Amino acid sequence: MANTVLHKADTRGFADHGWLKSHQSFSFAGYYNPERIHFGALRVLNDDVVLGGGGFGKHPHDNMEIISIPLEGDLEHKDSMGNTAVIKHGDIQVMSAGTGIYHSEYNQHASEAVKFLQIWVFPNKRNVEPRYDQIALDPADRHNRLQQILSPNTDDAGVWIYQNAWFHMGNFDKGLSTEYNLKAKGNGVYIFVLKGDVKVNDQLLNTRDGYGIWDVDQFTITAETDAEFLLMEVPMEFKY
Amino acid sequence: MKKVEILAVCSHPEILQTLLRLINSNPGWNGTGVENEQQALAYFNETSFDIVLLGSGMDEVSEDRLGPACLAINPAVKLIQHYGGGSGLLTCEIHEALA
Repeated sequence: MANTVLHKADTRGFADHGWLKSHQSFSFAGYYNPERIHFGALRVLNDDVVLGGGGFGKHPHDNMEIISIPLEGDLEHKDSMGNTAVIKHGDIQVMSAGTGIYHSEYNQHASEAVKFLQIWVFPNKRNVEPRYDQIALDPADRHNRLQQILSPNTDDAGVWIYQNAWFHMGNFDKGLSTEYNLKAKGNGVYIFVLKGDVKVNDQLLNTRDGYGIWDVDQFTITAETDAEFLLMEVPMEFKY
Repeated sequence: MKKVEILAVCSHPEILQTLLRLINSNPGWNGTGVENEQQALAYFNETSFDIVLLGSGMDEVSEDRLGPACLAINPAVKLIQHYGGGSGLLTCEIHEALA
């Protein structure tokens, strides 16, 4: 029988640093909720808004798969591996922090906010050589179908990470329904609604709600309104 | 009140400094930093630590050896494998270890 967990949007943690407003689905920095530490290997899901001209100064990371998905605006990235890039809506960026890297992220615009999802997944291997990748996705490829944006495979669609995880995005018209078949035994899926209302089996979800489902092989997702969402399939049991 | 003594082990000097700065910003915690297994065991034999925080950069063999070695000296010590390298998860990891 399926196990599920529902995180309504207004129950998330919230941090307001002036230049940064962050809604946090799981415990992060000053937000600590022992009931909300992680969903399997998914450890961080921050829904961030960086005001114009603001950004994260140079700071370190290690041993984490870090995925950034811009929703609006442009974010400039610089890191200690020599990468300088701008990620924008439609792109997906991944860093395997491994033995340690430094990076900074700034809103490229002086006045317009940038909105993006910051997602951290526990790696299946500690102390790997740090790596960075960024690709442009075609949003048209997720209209009324699931678009794979991340996998564990170097030769598969989307970016890849050191974990047995698959991410998909969907932008469905009202009434459209599809079945999601899990890729790996022992995995669960965390659904995050970006816009609109969806049903996962019989559970109604609204904008920015999160819903975890595991101990299933498949489930049905239906757009109750025009809706955008992200599916994150991750191992529920893992060594870390 | 006694401070929680935390031994942070991380071979990446800049990340180690970040971890120590964050640990020591909590008035109830005191952080000591070392860069490898040998230094960690030397400190651990001399000081009573409540938590050993395993940061990045150690090879798997050293990581696998250090935890049991610390537990053999002090079975009450809490071992944390730290992830993320900075402010994001550190506080939560320490709170969880102390719970």
